[in-house]
Amino acid sequence: MTDSPLVQDFATDWDHSDPQWVADPYPIWDDLRQRCPVAHTERYGGGWFPATHAGVSEIAKDTDNFTSRTVVIGNGRPTELDLPAPIGVAPPITSDPPFHAIARRLILPAFAPGPINALEPMIRELCSKLLENMGDADVVNAGTQYAQYIPPGVIRGMLGFPEEDIELFLEFVHIILEGIDHPVEERIIEFEPIEKYFVAQMEDHLDNPRDDLTSYLLNVELDGQNLAMEHVFGTMILILVAGIDTTWSAVGSAIWHLAHHPDDLERLVNEPDLMPVAIEEFLRFYAPVTMARLVKHDMEYQGCPMKVDDWILLGFPAANRDPVAFKDADKFIIDRAENRHVAFGLGIHRCAGSNLARLEMRVALEEFIKRYPRFDLAEPEAVTWAPGQIRGPRNLPIRILH
Amino acid sequence: MGGPVKVRIDPEICQGQGRCFSIAPGIFDFDDLGNGVVIGDGTLTSDTLELARLAQSNCPEHAIFIEE
Ligand code: HEM
Ligand code: SF4
Repeated sequence: MTDSPLVQDFATDWDHSDPQWVADPYPIWDDLRQRCPVAHTERYGGGWFPATHAGVSEIAKDTDNFTSRTVVIGNGRPTELDLPAPIGVAPPITSDPPFHAIARRLILPAFAPGPINALEPMIRELCSKLLENMGDADVVNAGTQYAQYIPPGVIRGMLGFPEEDIELFLEFVHIILEGIDHPVEERIIEFEPIEKYFVAQMEDHLDNPRDDLTSYLLNVELDGQNLAMEHVFGTMILILVAGIDTTWSAVGSAIWHLAHHPDDLERLVNEPDLMPVAIEEFLRFYAPVTMARLVKHDMEYQGCPMKVDDWILLGFPAANRDPVAFKDADKFIIDRAENRHVAFGLGIHRCAGSNLARLEMRVALEEFIKRYPRFDLAEPEAVTWAPGQIRGPRNLPIRILH
Repeated sequence: MGGPVKVRIDPEICQGQGRCFSIAPGIFDFDDLGNGVVIGDGTLTSDTLELARLAQSNCPEHAIFIEE
């Protein structure tokens, strides 16, 4: 976490890594919505935080005034070493129109429902293996023993990297996720062994093409040409960055919720058909992902004097709790019928991996409650939440009730 | 009341995250990119209208239109 002074007033000095925000951001957002719908900060070199659904959706859809050149807030701004807009370092998430649509089109077919639904047996096997390894202990850690391993295991399988390399792969994932906001020069050095391994895998796939995401990316054509190896590598890194701690957080939050809402747990155990609807409510209520934008030019926007390169913290989780957009927004309603939540974002950058994320959540929860139909929090105060733009429980000790 | 009630998806607005075809798979399907499409000509009956409305009220992009 940061050594910055604690925040006294989030309306004029917000900080998404302040301990109070990390522990429980919802009351802060409720308060801001009432008195200051677009909050300001001088931290990180200056930025704005809209806490309403209307404010978030307007900015998410406005690519004329805001750029996605970086989507993770840091103290610096993109440097000359980073690719400029409209491409950015990790297309399509860091791309602006018109290039964005090209980069997005390349990956969408691989994440469409057809190919994703075919992964269900693989995901189920992975989850049940993890549960098997957790054994018959009275207390299990649903974060560090379960949720954490599902997304990297699934992506390893999708990429078609050898199963016996899983430990190495997990180590790479760790380096990538930790290094995401390191300066480019550092990142290049840290990523060296990763690039070497990935390139070796790509070469193997070029020699022996198969039906997996790596072969797909190597074969896909842009203007009649295959992608350069660096482009394929960059896309793989993006998929790892975008697909892992996001889904891990979503699965963890759902288990955390069920562990202290026995009625909801019982309903899910007894009414398996409720799962897809419940997942949308988990996504609304515990949306794990907050993104960022940079202001493109000085302007007055939503009543605020925004300056070029000011940050926008795009709080999809806050939008999901806005009572103007959702009835009983502050209540978790497991069978909520109307749910236009924006956990996957809005507009052109809407999550490309949402079909996969939903499938992973469904299978992970189905397998967990099948194995443990009754559980609660072993140590509620021991649960820790990830700081920063991806929110979810990390340490999650669960007591199994027999 | 005139002709049949019809549902359509505006492809310019749809971002393809599939609330519609998971809620109402008989009315909506998806294309190769995972974008939502209406099955057939989108004519709704009194049996399917309510389901189409439910899908509409779950589309975060407001891309689904039901017209008479
Ligand atoms: C519950 C889990 C997930 C959540 C809540 C989530 C959320 C999001 C959000 C909010 C965005 C919008 C970014 C923006 O507006 O700047 C996004 C983009 C993206 N996500 Fe996800 N995501 C999840 C899982 C995944 C998975 C599993 C993958 C792939 C393996 C993935 C791949 C992507 C990609 C490629 C983009 C960029 C799309 C674009 O810029 O066009 N996500 N995600
Ligand atoms: S729910 Fe809306 S955005 Fe999603 S696929 Fe259907 S029409 Fe498109």
